[in-house]
Amino acid sequence: MIEFDKVAYSYGGGELLSDISVRLAPGSFHFLTGPSGAGKTTLLKLCHGDLSPTAGHVRAFDMDLTALGRDDMAMMRRRFGVVNQDCRFLDHLSVAENVSLPLTVAGHDASQMSGDLKELLEWVGLTDRAGALPPELSGGERQRAALARAVIMSPDVILADEPTGNVDWEMSQRLLHLLVELNRMGKMVLIASHDLQLIRAAKSQVQARVLRIAGRKLQLAGADL
Amino acid sequence: MKALILSYLRSDPKAARVVPATGYTAHLTLFAAGAMAFLAVFALALSLAAGRLADRWAGELARSTTLRISAPADQMTTQVDRALAVLQQTPGVATARALSLEEQAALLSPWFGAGVDLSGLPVPRLIEIRETETGYDAAGLRLRLAAEVPGAILDDHGRWRRPLVEAADSLRRLGFFSMALIFGALAAMVTLAANAALAANAQIIEVLRLIGATDVYIARAFVRRFTLRGLGGAAVGTVLGIGGVMLLPEASAEGGLLTGLGFRGIGWFLPAIIPVLAATVAFGATSFAARQTLKELA
Ligand SMILES: Nc1ncnc2c1ncn2[C@@H]1O[C@H](COP(=O)(O)OP(=O)(O)OP(=O)(O)O)[C@@H](O)[C@H]1O
Ligand SMILES: [Mg+2]
Repeated sequence: MIEFDKVAYSYGGGELLSDISVRLAPGSFHFLTGPSGAGKTTLLKLCHGDLSPTAGHVRAFDMDLTALGRDDMAMMRRRFGVVNQDCRFLDHLSVAENVSLPLTVAGHDASQMSGDLKELLEWVGLTDRAGALPPELSGGERQRAALARAVIMSPDVILADEPTGNVDWEMSQRLLHLLVELNRMGKMVLIASHDLQLIRAAKSQVQARVLRIAGRKLQLAGADL
Repeated sequence: MKALILSYLRSDPKAARVVPATGYTAHLTLFAAGAMAFLAVFALALSLAAGRLADRWAGELARSTTLRISAPADQMTTQVDRALAVLQQTPGVATARALSLEEQAALLSPWFGAGVDLSGLPVPRLIEIRETETGYDAAGLRLRLAAEVPGAILDDHGRWRRPLVEAADSLRRLGFFSMALIFGALAAMVTLAANAALAANAQIIEVLRLIGATDVYIARAFVRRFTLRGLGGAAVGTVLGIGGVMLLPEASAEGGLLTGLGFRGIGWFLPAIIPVLAATVAFGATSFAARQTLKELA
């Protein structure tokens, strides 16, 4: 479903990632780890075409992302649910409007899906904050809102960059459970995280594989995790 | 184009909300559109008035020359014929026609009453000359006539208007050129304002991209807003401009351009195209700016 073929990436200096070939199958559950600055965020951005590889090819849904026009790219993005590390929102719209924004943008009548929206906000514990504006949220609330926004369209692939970085253990279990549930529904999940406890917890619930970036390469991490 | 604009304006206002209202570029755009529309009303009024004046003066100019022939009764016909022959060979004379006695009687009727019989009287015969655009050389024509038709007097008192007709024509062109400049300036201002708005909202554009918004969707929010601002501002400016034109003194026959600046009859509806033009210009300028910026942000 997502395929890296001899991918390299550099921000202009030396290569940050080089010669990465990997295939993430539909319905799989992966963690991505590595030291800070290793290139986890970069790799996730390569997955959904926010960055283009400096060498090699990235394919998603059997399409070469670098070859897509801008409109096709927009359509492609609707099949991805992305939680970025910096969780940006439209600050003049309420949390509820932000969470349902992918529906609005895709031309769905968001008011018809208000049931789904309510359920989702409840799940991430933001029912009370639905009318708040994003700048009024705490870091953890922002992450939860971003996760809700990422999954509301029921995308085929969920890419989450440190989605539990700012929430307590209990909430991180809750969010993990949401992702696990989505994975059971057949969605592919890729989570960048340092959180070994979270990874262990996930491994007890689903068959999760751990990928590790080290020395510009991607490796399958050992069974010790 | 019109259908495209309408589809943009009708599009979901909720979609337009993805861009926050920016108080101050909005007001600047409204003001610019209003001011430009106000000026455009005057430029339009000037063009139309100058055009009317040019037409009227050109009409008078065309009918301004007569050749008067006074000759003894027995030579009259030959002199008229010879004068007509000379006129036909003169460059710049479009037509030359001897007035019939009845027509001359009609011209004299204000003084002598209707039904005056000229056949027995030694009245001069009149030849009406119509000029071409370029006109003829009056001094040269006088010399030839003096040599060939001794009884002829060229009366060209109306010809002094020729430079005025040219001036009025230039003024009309200047008015239309000003209109073009006004709308060009409006396009430039809207482009700048739209660029500023797009740059200020780069983050929003990034978020929208992330969740799968197409360029058209993103552009629409901006285009819709600026088109409506262009339309609204220009509508107010046009109404104020028409008010200003109405306050000008009434047209009088002598005042010419100074008092003739205004619209006539259904001409009063002509300025209604100004807000439509302004909206079209704003639509085009914002679409252009959005397309450029979104391409650069990719
Ligand atoms: N836009 C950019 N321009 C230049 N260098 C960048 C840019 N973004 C990231 N980098 C550099 O690339 C390297 C990898 O960044 P990246 O964000 O992918 O790391 P990460 O593995 O996600 O780190 P963390 O765990 O801290 O989030 C870092 O050294 C970073 O400084
Ligand atoms: Mg990162």
